[in-house]
Amino acid sequence: MSAPTAAKIRVLIAKPGLDGHDRGAKVVARALRDGGCEVIYTGIRQTPEMIAEAALQEDVDVVGLSILSGAHLELFPRVVAELKKRGVSDVVLFCGGIIPEEDTKALEGLGFSAIFRPGTNTQDIVKFVYEHVQK
Amino acid sequence: MDDLVGRFLNGERRALARIISRVENETAEGREYLRALFPHSGKTHTVGITGGPGSGKSTLTGALAAEYRRRGKRVGIVAVDPSSPFSQGAILGDRIRMQDLALDEGVYVRSMASRGALGGLAPTIDDVVSIMDAFGFDYVLIETVGAGQDEVEIAGTALTTILVNNPGTGDDIQALKAGIIEIADILVVNKADHPGADLLVSQLQALLSLAPAGARRPPILKTTAIKGEGLEKLAGSIVAHREHLVSSGGLDRARAIDARHQVLAIARAILLEKIRRSYPEAELEALVQRVAARELDPHTAAEELAGAVS
Repeated sequence: MSAPTAAKIRVLIAKPGLDGHDRGAKVVARALRDGGCEVIYTGIRQTPEMIAEAALQEDVDVVGLSILSGAHLELFPRVVAELKKRGVSDVVLFCGGIIPEEDTKALEGLGFSAIFRPGTNTQDIVKFVYEHVQK
Repeated sequence: MDDLVGRFLNGERRALARIISRVENETAEGREYLRALFPHSGKTHTVGITGGPGSGKSTLTGALAAEYRRRGKRVGIVAVDPSSPFSQGAILGDRIRMQDLALDEGVYVRSMASRGALGGLAPTIDDVVSIMDAFGFDYVLIETVGAGQDEVEIAGTALTTILVNNPGTGDDIQALKAGIIEIADILVVNKADHPGADLLVSQLQALLSLAPAGARRPPILKTTAIKGEGLEKLAGSIVAHREHLVSSGGLDRARAIDARHQVLAIARAILLEKIRRSYPEAELEALVQRVAARELDPHTAAEELAGAVS
């Protein structure tokens, strides 16, 4: 999958909002690491501005947002808007956490290519990333 | 080459980020960007921050950057974390300790994976630092992978090298050993609010007093980076070290040594690449199998391999 000096897929894993449980985000980060990605992990309590700025500075290919608080329809549009404001329009977006089925359409409309809910096999997330990024 | 160079020279951070990726991925395009931007570099002061895992390098790097911001300086940070030897993936987590700088326009933080390089840095670190230098930062801070006793590469990349020590991590014989301690221009005792900090300072002082007369003795400074303590002195000490380098002619000497080191390293990589291309993989495999079976010694095998391009 990856020679030592070949280009690597860079993924930002971020947790917007105020909930402090980042086990899920860490499991996903770890799975992507084991899948050969370079994962920038920024920790909990990130504002939409901080996430967009990290995506810009780190020049990531993928942004994955983890949320458990239920504020996704509040926070995710703001993340997308902040990315756009910075001209970061070509990243692949996915999200995971506690996200009701009825919100799927709204998130797809925002540009999220996948939603991973509890019980997801982490290999499916790795596969998703490799299918959506050309390196 | 699109308009990225123009946007870069206009100070656009997105252009900086994109160019770094191309350079880091060692593409032909990346080399073109480097060629175009290298003449703009050479103005920044580079500061290396090294020390063991958990010694507080990231927190210290963030706190030092904050101190520079108070002084109105613009700061670039390159933070290196290790790549997995198995998957070549990496978790880059140094930004977590630099949250206060996240939205400061005068700061740019870039995480890099070590991508198999030994010595605590990444294969393309010098090129990436040159790009950040060309962008016009007053300081570029380079944080190494958690380093042990022998990761001395940072001294060849940074003009000022800071070694971060902690109280309670070994007796003075550790510090007497050769290796990483010899490359420090400034010794920092971080987590100085922990017990044993003063003891460590006096052990380091005693050790440095053994140095030959006339040799520059690195200053020893106490910091508690997480509380932002001791950073003013550290920043002042870095200025003093730069002035020492300038007045002693050490700056030009350091640049010449670094340039030599870089050119030779790149030439080595080019030669290896040439050998790999002119020696079929199947034959290489057969050759190493003979070494593995003890039919051939590794030196003779390498001579044979290198002969492919001579």
